[in-house]
Amino acid sequence: MNWETVIGLEVHVQLSTHSKIFSGASTAFGAEPNAQACDIDVALPGVLPVLNAAAVDKAVRLGLAVGATINPRSIFARKNYFYPDLPKGYQISQYEIPVVQGGSIDILVGEQPKTVQLTRAHLEEDAGKSLHEDFHGMTGIDLNRAGTPLLEIVSEPDMRGAAEAVAYGKALHALVRWLDICDGNMQEGSFRMDANVSVRPAGVATLGTRCEIKNLNSFRFLERAIDYEVRRQIEVLTDGGTIRQETRLYDPDRDETRAMRSKEDAHDYRYFPDPDLLPLEIDEAYLAQVRSSMPELPAQKRERFTSEFGLSVYDANLLTGSREMADYFEQAAAGLGGQAFKLVANWIGGALSARLNDEGIEITASKVSPVALRALVERIVDGTISGKIARDVFDAMWSGEGQVDEIIERRGLRQISDSGALDKLVDEVIASNGSQVADYRSGKAKAFNALVGQVMKASKGKANPQQVNDILRRKLDTGV
Amino acid sequence: MALTHDDVCRVARLARLRQDEAQAQSMLTELNRIFALMEQMQGVDTTLVEPMSHPRDVAQRLRADRVTESDRREQLLPLAPKSENGLYLVPKVIE
Repeated sequence: MNWETVIGLEVHVQLSTHSKIFSGASTAFGAEPNAQACDIDVALPGVLPVLNAAAVDKAVRLGLAVGATINPRSIFARKNYFYPDLPKGYQISQYEIPVVQGGSIDILVGEQPKTVQLTRAHLEEDAGKSLHEDFHGMTGIDLNRAGTPLLEIVSEPDMRGAAEAVAYGKALHALVRWLDICDGNMQEGSFRMDANVSVRPAGVATLGTRCEIKNLNSFRFLERAIDYEVRRQIEVLTDGGTIRQETRLYDPDRDETRAMRSKEDAHDYRYFPDPDLLPLEIDEAYLAQVRSSMPELPAQKRERFTSEFGLSVYDANLLTGSREMADYFEQAAAGLGGQAFKLVANWIGGALSARLNDEGIEITASKVSPVALRALVERIVDGTISGKIARDVFDAMWSGEGQVDEIIERRGLRQISDSGALDKLVDEVIASNGSQVADYRSGKAKAFNALVGQVMKASKGKANPQQVNDILRRKLDTGV
Repeated sequence: MALTHDDVCRVARLARLRQDEAQAQSMLTELNRIFALMEQMQGVDTTLVEPMSHPRDVAQRLRADRVTESDRREQLLPLAPKSENGLYLVPKVIE
């Protein structure tokens, strides 16, 4: 039987505010345990939550970016359950009316475009952390994370396989960083994914029973967990069994998912409106103000990069992978024209990206500035250096040897375009490579390239390749 | 709609409230009295009334995103029955 996989994702995005969603404690990562858990975060009796304006602002940004409805009035609710990393006995979340409703995200699965619909995005508070190392058989609780603002972004079950889920996860990750609402640091738990996975026989319209795989903090684990879970469900169903709706955990060491031990009533959260918080009202004036402060979005930039700079869809996609990279490109391309844009894109996607990867640094920390890269491209375009020599100049700039023109002069890398000098080089190569000249004249086209290579070598790469081609062909074909 | 004895026991369990049989019985009676009042309120025609989530008809005030709290660990940690290395200690929980 052919099976179809159906996946929806719930992503918990930690909003990059300075203080917590309902208290004035710091959200900075890595503090001493409980040093950033104030009276509100530890839920002392009598404390009251006060909503952080920046958390609302960031939620609204996401909503506007995905074309969602921003509810003019949304409500905070208590989600009741007992767990020691949640000292109040409930999590403040949004249930019936979330701040962001609907919207969609366009993704590319390989070359294939697809739109994933969003159900909603709601504001809530993060819980603390349980540390299960041995404290004499007890669990240690660090409440620093308790109260960190989260935006839970819920997709429709629109994805049909692990590859689509990963493409969606990555697109959302890039978007929240682009909007500057989340630092995107997955190791530190700033972006955590839950995958709802079910399978059904191909052609069947109703959804199969789903399992929720919790807390996936890398795209690789997301992919592997889904692949395992799909295989498991198909196996169960093929053997005539049924899928039990349950929450599962992915164990990367054993590359499998397993059911969490859950008590029967665990999912009865008894939501009700939190009497400590009034409805959140968002009016048109506020929306207009947020809208006017929004950056150009990746899709808009991609569109502009293809129309304004004549870049290919591939290049435009690559350059809009992050806002920092897009900014770098625009600064490097400023004032250039025509084919130079494509060259800048190639340098960013090629030599620069390779260097950044090697050294594990962000483009904002690049040792070759956008202005320096522009200067390099200008020297290629005006024929001062060849593309090949430019590679050496780039490496020299990366190592801090100075500006483009200094390096070209100091190392004597200026391209030889003087036809007298090139004539002489070509004559020498023809004279000392008799057999290849004979091969060429007897019709072996390959011999020509070998001769060009000899001239380039003799010039130490500095000859203008186009001119070498022209001169060599003229001399071989006409003898002058 | 009236609550059953099972409902009361279930809600008590969810709320981690310990109750003996006598307490469960009296709780059932009391809660059902409250439910009766709600039942009566359900009878009121509210078709023209906007649902409210809060008895006060005002909007939430927002705070500026500033860190205003300092480290209170030394004051708060001793309030817990057990702590060690800056952590609150609780009976082992593991999923």
